[in-house]
Amino acid sequence: MSDAIRLAGIEKSFGAVRANRGADLQVARGEVHALVGENGAGKSTLMRILSGLYPADAGIIEVDGRDVTGWSTSDAIAAGVGMVHQHFMLVPTLTVAENVMLGSEITKGPVLDRAAAEQRVRDLGARTGLVVAPDRLVADLSVGEAQRVEILKTLYRGARILILDEPTAVLSPPEVQELWNVLRALRAEGGTVVLITHKLDEVIEVSDTITVMRQGATVARIPREGATPQSIARAMVGRDVVLARDFEFSGTSAGRGVASTPLLNVQNLLVSGARRTAVVDRVNFSVAPGEILGVAGVEGNGQTELIEAIAGLREAEGSISLGGLDLRPLDVRHRGDAGLSHIPEDRHERGLVLDYSIADNLILGQQHRFTSGVTIDVARVLAHAEERIRAYDIRPADPATPARSLSGGNQQKIVVAREMARDFKVLLASQPTRGVDVGAIELIHARLREARDQGKAILLVSADLAEVLALADRVAVMYGGRFVALLLRAEATPELLGQFMTGAEHAA
Amino acid sequence: MSVLDFLSQTLRIAVPFLLAAAGGVLSERAGLIALGLEGYMLGGAFCAAAVSFASGSPWLGVSAALVGGAVLALVYAVGTIRFRGDQVVIGIAINLLAVGLTRFFLRLFFGSSSNSPRVPGFGGTGTGFLALAYNPLVWIGVIVLPTLGWILYRTPFGLRVRAVGEHPAAAASVGVPVTRVRYIAVAFSGMLAALGGAYLALDQHQFTDGMTAGRGFIALAATIFGRWNPKGAGLACLLFAAAETLQIRLQGTHAIPSQFVEMIPYVLTIVALAGVVGRSVPPAALGKPSTE
Repeated sequence: MSDAIRLAGIEKSFGAVRANRGADLQVARGEVHALVGENGAGKSTLMRILSGLYPADAGIIEVDGRDVTGWSTSDAIAAGVGMVHQHFMLVPTLTVAENVMLGSEITKGPVLDRAAAEQRVRDLGARTGLVVAPDRLVADLSVGEAQRVEILKTLYRGARILILDEPTAVLSPPEVQELWNVLRALRAEGGTVVLITHKLDEVIEVSDTITVMRQGATVARIPREGATPQSIARAMVGRDVVLARDFEFSGTSAGRGVASTPLLNVQNLLVSGARRTAVVDRVNFSVAPGEILGVAGVEGNGQTELIEAIAGLREAEGSISLGGLDLRPLDVRHRGDAGLSHIPEDRHERGLVLDYSIADNLILGQQHRFTSGVTIDVARVLAHAEERIRAYDIRPADPATPARSLSGGNQQKIVVAREMARDFKVLLASQPTRGVDVGAIELIHARLREARDQGKAILLVSADLAEVLALADRVAVMYGGRFVALLLRAEATPELLGQFMTGAEHAA
Repeated sequence: MSVLDFLSQTLRIAVPFLLAAAGGVLSERAGLIALGLEGYMLGGAFCAAAVSFASGSPWLGVSAALVGGAVLALVYAVGTIRFRGDQVVIGIAINLLAVGLTRFFLRLFFGSSSNSPRVPGFGGTGTGFLALAYNPLVWIGVIVLPTLGWILYRTPFGLRVRAVGEHPAAAASVGVPVTRVRYIAVAFSGMLAALGGAYLALDQHQFTDGMTAGRGFIALAATIFGRWNPKGAGLACLLFAAAETLQIRLQGTHAIPSQFVEMIPYVLTIVALAGVVGRSVPPAALGKPSTE
C-alpha cells in the first residue's frame, strides 16, 4: 500500500532565506504523524507546500501514490487534503454552519439550506467529537471551539488527510485532551493526521511516528516506541550545531552584580489578553547592573506581552521600576528618556519604517533629540547616521538608502545601533538576532556583551535556546505566562531548560 | 393637511434614498466604501432623462440609467479592486466625474447649462398614494431593501458577499472568488443608486444640473446609521425622509430654520458612529484592498 503522503527533496527559498532544503516526509495512511522542530525549521513551509499554498522550488509531492507536484489549494481540497492554519481562517460575523459551508454551500433552490448545513455540522460532530452549536456566531466562540470549526470545515469538504499547524498553541490543557480524542477518532476511521508542533510531551502522547526537522531539512524519523522527550530534543536542537554556536558561557561568573541594587525591577506583572486570560501571570524578577537575564521559552508563552508591557506598549498591572523610578505612569517616549532602550521582536512591525532612509530610521523615537528650533537638524542626523553605520558595519554604508532595500541582518543592525545609541540603563532585547545571518549575530552578541560589561541591565528574550545560553548570566523559562524556572547560567543545561520549556516539569 | 399626505410625501422623498441605500449596503458589505452613490445617482438621472426624452419611453430611460450606473460603478471597481486604489479618493473622483460628464452632455444634447426639456415620466400626477402607485420605481423602492435582505442572508451569493467584506482571506481560502464577488456587488450598487437617480429625473420630468443634491450622501449616511443591514438602512431612509418632509411642511412658519432639519441625517450618522446608540461595527474589510 502506498503512503498517504510522500514528499521528497523539497526545496523552497524566500529571497535569501532557504526555508526548506531537501526536506523529506513520509506519512503512512491512518497514522498521526508529528512534524517537530524549532521555530524556523521549515515545518509550516513544508506543509503549506503540501496543501498547495506555495509552489515548491524543487522536489516531488505524492498523495496516495499519485504525483501531485505543483497543485493548487483547490486541487488539494478536492483530493481530500485539508489544512488548519495557525491563524484561523474564519469569518467572525457568520455562524458556525455558515463558515463551514462557505464556498461549498448547500442549497434548496436558490436559497441556502441552513437546516441541512446545521445537520451536517451536528452529524460530523457526533461522529468525531467536534461538538459546536452550529447556529452560534463564530465571534462568540472560545479559541478551542473556533479550532473545532476549522477542523469541521476540512471534514465537511471531505478531508481524509488533515494537517494541523501548531494546534495546541492556543488551547487550554482540557481542550488539548479533547483535540487528541478527536484526532484518535479520525485515525480510527482511517484518516491521516500531520501534526506540526514543538511541544514534545504532545508528540509522545498522540503520534505514531515522528519526523524531526532542523534548518529546513529532515534530520530524523523516529517511531513513537522508544522516543523520549530527550531524544527528540536532541534531534531538534542538534548537539553539533549547538556546540558550533559557542554554547560555552563566555560571560563573567554568575552571582556578579547580586550585591548591587537591581536596575530593572518587575513585581506582580499581570497582562490580560483577549477573553480575560492572563497572558503574563504575576511575574516577578529583577535585573542587576552588569547582568543579562535571559528569558527562554517556546514562543507564545507571554514573552511578547512581557516585553511590551515593560516598554509601555501594552496595558499591565503590577509594578515596573527602573533604578527606583516607577515607570508605570510614563509613556513610551518618557520611559525611553528615563533610560529604557528596546529592541523590538519584529523589526518590520515595530522596529523600522521600511520606506524611511537608514539615517531617519536611526533617529526614530529619538527625533526630539535631533532638532534645532522646530525643525530636524539634518546635518546632525547625517553625522549620527555615518557614525552608527561605521560602528555597526551597516551595508550599504549610504545613509540615504531606504531600509526596505537592506538585508534582514542589516535592517536588524539599524535597530540595534539605534537603541544602543540611547543613554540607557536598561535594555529590552527581544529576539535580537531573529532571521539574521551569522556575521550579524556575532556583531549583535558582541555589542550586547559590551553593554553588559559597561554595567547596563539587559533583559533578553529569545526563542533560540542557544542564544540565551550564550549570553545570559541567569536564565528564566517562561511557560503559560509564568516564570516556571529561574536558574543561574551554570545550573542551566539545555536538557533541563527543554523540560521546563515544554511544560514537562513545573517548579518555580 | 392629513397624516396620509405626510406619509405619502415621506414615501415620495424616501424612494431615491431606499434605492441608493440598497446599493450602499450591498457595496459596503462586500468591503467597498460606497462613496460614489451620489455620482451613480446623478449619472442615472441624466441617462434616464436623456433616453426617455429621445425615445419617449420612460422604461428605456430606466434601462439607460441601469447601464450608466453600472458603467460608473465599474470604473470605481476597476480602480479600487484591479488597481488597488484608495477607495475614498476614487469614490470622490467618481462623484466629480459624474458632475462633469452630466454637465457636458446636458450642454451637448440640450444646449442648456441648467436643465433638460420636459421628459416623459410614469404618469400619475399630483401627490398622494394613488399618484405614487402608478410609478413602478416606487414599488421597486419599497421592495428593494427586503429583497436585498433576502439575498444577503438567504442565498449563497449573499453569504459570500458577507464573508468577502468581513474576512476576504478566509473566503479565498475556501475557494470563494473574492474579486468576482466584489465586482458584482459594486456593479449592482451602481445600478441601484442609478435607479434612485432615474426616479428623481422621471418624477420631476426633467434633468437639472446637480439635481441629486446630496441624496447619495444621505443614502450613505442611512447605510451607516442602519448599521450596514437592509432593515436598519430602510428605517434610516424613512426617518431621514420624514425629517425632510417635516422641514418642507415647516417652511414659511419659521419655527425651526430649515438648515437644522437638513442636518438631521448627518447629525444622526455622527451620533451613530460615535457609539451613542449601541456599537456600530462596519464590515471588517471595508476600505481595504482585496488580499486575493
